[in-house]
Order: sequence, then C-alpha cells, then structure tokens
Amino acid sequence: MKNKEAVIIGAGPAGLKAAKQLLEAGAHVTIIDRNKKLGGQLVKQTHKFFGSEKQYASFRGIDILEILVQGLKPFEDRLEILNETSVVGLYKDKVVACVKHDNFFKIKAKSIIMATGASEKHLPFENNDLPGIYAAGAVQTLMNEYGVKPGDKVLMVGSGNIGLIVSYQLLQAGVDVVALVEAAPQISGYLVHASKIKRLGVDILMQTSIKRAIGKDQVEQVEIWELDEVWQGIPGTERVLGVDTVCISVGLAPLTELLMQIGADVEYIRELGGNVPRIDFRYETSIKGVYACGDVVGIEEASSAMVEGAMAGIHAAHDLGYTVEDESRKLKVLQEELKFLRSGPHAAKVRAGYTKLEVKI
Amino acid sequence: MRIKNHPILSFDTEETIEFSYNGKKLRGVEGDTIASALHASGIKKLSESIHLKRPRGFYCAIGNCASCNMVVDGVPNVRTCITPLKPGMVVNNQVGKGKVYEE
Repeated sequence: MKNKEAVIIGAGPAGLKAAKQLLEAGAHVTIIDRNKKLGGQLVKQTHKFFGSEKQYASFRGIDILEILVQGLKPFEDRLEILNETSVVGLYKDKVVACVKHDNFFKIKAKSIIMATGASEKHLPFENNDLPGIYAAGAVQTLMNEYGVKPGDKVLMVGSGNIGLIVSYQLLQAGVDVVALVEAAPQISGYLVHASKIKRLGVDILMQTSIKRAIGKDQVEQVEIWELDEVWQGIPGTERVLGVDTVCISVGLAPLTELLMQIGADVEYIRELGGNVPRIDFRYETSIKGVYACGDVVGIEEASSAMVEGAMAGIHAAHDLGYTVEDESRKLKVLQEELKFLRSGPHAAKVRAGYTKLEVKI
Repeated sequence: MRIKNHPILSFDTEETIEFSYNGKKLRGVEGDTIASALHASGIKKLSESIHLKRPRGFYCAIGNCASCNMVVDGVPNVRTCITPLKPGMVVNNQVGKGKVYEE
C-alpha cells in the first residue's frame, strides 16, 4: 500500500480547483478519476457559462476545462493523476481502494477530498427501460464528446437547464427535437435558454409529461399526456409522437455512496438533490480530514462547484500544516462569490437546502 | 449516426478501429468508447435485464448506472460507456449476471 498526502476523488470542476489550491500551498496531490480525460462533465459542455466573471462566465465548459488543467501544469512534480481509475472502497483509516484496468490496489491518504459529483435521475413510466431512453446528460456526452447522434427524433422530458441546453445542442447536431414536455406550469431553467429553442421551432408543452414509451427492442413512439394541478395525468388528453429517442432531464442526485461507506454523516435534503454529507463551513465532513465539495454536497452548477472546490482545497492544505498565502482574505473572497452565485431566484431551492443543512450542523 | 457538421466541434469520422460485436465485424473511430462505437453503428441494445430479459441500452453514459454492462474480451460487467474502444476487442451482449473469466 502506497502512502499519499492529499487524495482527490473526482476530477471535475470542484476536484480540479481543490487540486490547484493544495498544490499552490505545497502539498502532494493525487487525483483519481474513472474517466480518461480530466474535467468531469465539463468535457461535454459546449455552451457558454453564466454566473460570475471569476468563474469564467461567457466561456464554454470545454474551454474552462483547458484553463483548469493548464493551471495544474506548473506543479506537475507534485501531482499524480490516476485516470481510468474507479474508487471501489473507502475506509475510516483513509484507505482508498482502487481499480485501474482490472488491477486492484490500495492507497492510504492523509486527507481526502470528495468531489464525486452527481448522477442523473430517472422517471417512472411504462417501458422506461427501453433502449433509446437516455438521461439528457448522457445524450450530451454521446454527441459532444464522441460525435454520435442519439437518434433522429427526440422527446425531451424536463425544462431545467440541462433539458433546455441539451435540446439546443441536439439541434446543433442536426437532430430533430419533436417536443419538450414539462410537468410544472412554468419553465424551471433560465428563460433565455427556453426562448432560444422555442425560436428554433421546438414545441414546449407545459403541464405535460410522458405516459409511456412504445416499442419492442427500442423506442419507436411515445405517448404524452397533460397533467392537472396535482401532477396527475388527465385521461383523454393522450397524444402519440413518433420519436426514437427520449431524453430524461428531471434532476440530479449527489453521488454520496463512498461517503456513506466511510461512515460520514449523511442527511436527506430534498432541495439539494438527495443524500448529502453533513459538512461544516470548512467543507469538512463528520470525519476529520475528509472534505467534500461540488455537486456531491448539493446539486448546483459548475461555477459554484469551482468555488467550493477552492475552499475545500484551502482548508485541506491548512489542516495538512501548509501555509496558504493570504488565506483569510482568499476565503472571504470565495465566500462572497458563492453568495453572489446563490443570490438569484433560481438558487432559492439551493438556499433553502443549505439553511436546512445548517440547522442540523 | 455520426455527426458530420457541427457549429462548434469537429469530429474524427474515419472508422479505423476494428472490433467484433456478437461475432460481427464492426468499426469505430479513435476516441470512441465501446458504447459510442456500437451506437454509431445503430446498436442501441447492449444487455438484457437479468430476470425478465428486457432489452437494455445505456442510461447515464458516464459510468454510474451499469445499464451498459457487456462482456468484453471474456470479462463480464464491463461498463462499456467509459471503456475506450481498442482494436481487436471482442464485445458480446451479456446474458444474466455474467461469469468471471468465461470464454
């Protein structure tokens, strides 16, 4: 078993920012990620970011990724990257069990930063397991990372930002988005994204959802229906659409499994997407020396994940005994940025979630 | 099913990596995962549910959900959505839970 200093699990925006802070402070860093490329879900984000200039607003996700990776370059002698490596076990004594290309090995960390991110939720309906029914982000991966179309005609379910953005990106790839259905009476993502796809002719149907998928070995058609004010389907309003692909964009759930395995306190907070670790204001979990940041502590956006990652990295470096230059001012600035990113009406849910979590801390 | 024209991205569409799928010869491009190469060839069904044998495709495409598990070079339960495609790979639909090191 090899001894390591700071081990970061997940090389998305949060993990990469945490790595930068730790490296700047002088620590030795190991980043573990199951993908070949670093960047987490930034690798497929061809759209320009909103939010704060400090979090690269107006840059595309794929370009932000380059900036983050380049930022680690000066520290290559203290940085180890274990890509295509899955963490399959995490233990209280900070032993991290890994598998890379069928090889099993263990490493022992002094501190661990969990930046595992989130996974996309599914929706219950008849035949929801047919091939051709994909998470919206999965289709984004297929198109923008691998250059493959999911099909020819798509039904998008859900009008959050992922649903809206992926609809636009489907059109960019030359795929027909037949309709976008949303169970709520209003668009849940940014209106600017919704207007953009509406202008391009996508039928946006409010208070409507998918009733069932039809097909033998894959989706051939779908049946949609209107919902009443308590989200129940209204019989008699069914319509059949000819589509070969259904994209499900109904939210994300934090990937907390490893934190549960290590025995960190976890709470179910609906507003944050599900089970999240109880962290303190220093992003430390209930286990000393184990920190968490990004979507795994609550579903937000890449911009806030980057700020959280930086903060977790600074605290972890401090606890390892390193001097972080200008620490208190840096943290204050980051705190302000986070407050700004969470100030809009779209962040009301996130604010409520953290209020709940803070009450319990 | 490969994207040929895109306003922001450009893709390699030359299919040079040969592999086998259920005994058939297929080709993928440099940078493909097994699942993306299969999808580009029009193959959406990757596995079957264990009990009811219902068809399964991928769902998350980033290694979370296990819906894309297949037998690759004799090893079952390979997450084909995050496994890079390599020349000569032998890829088969998985039946049931899969046996370790079956031929």
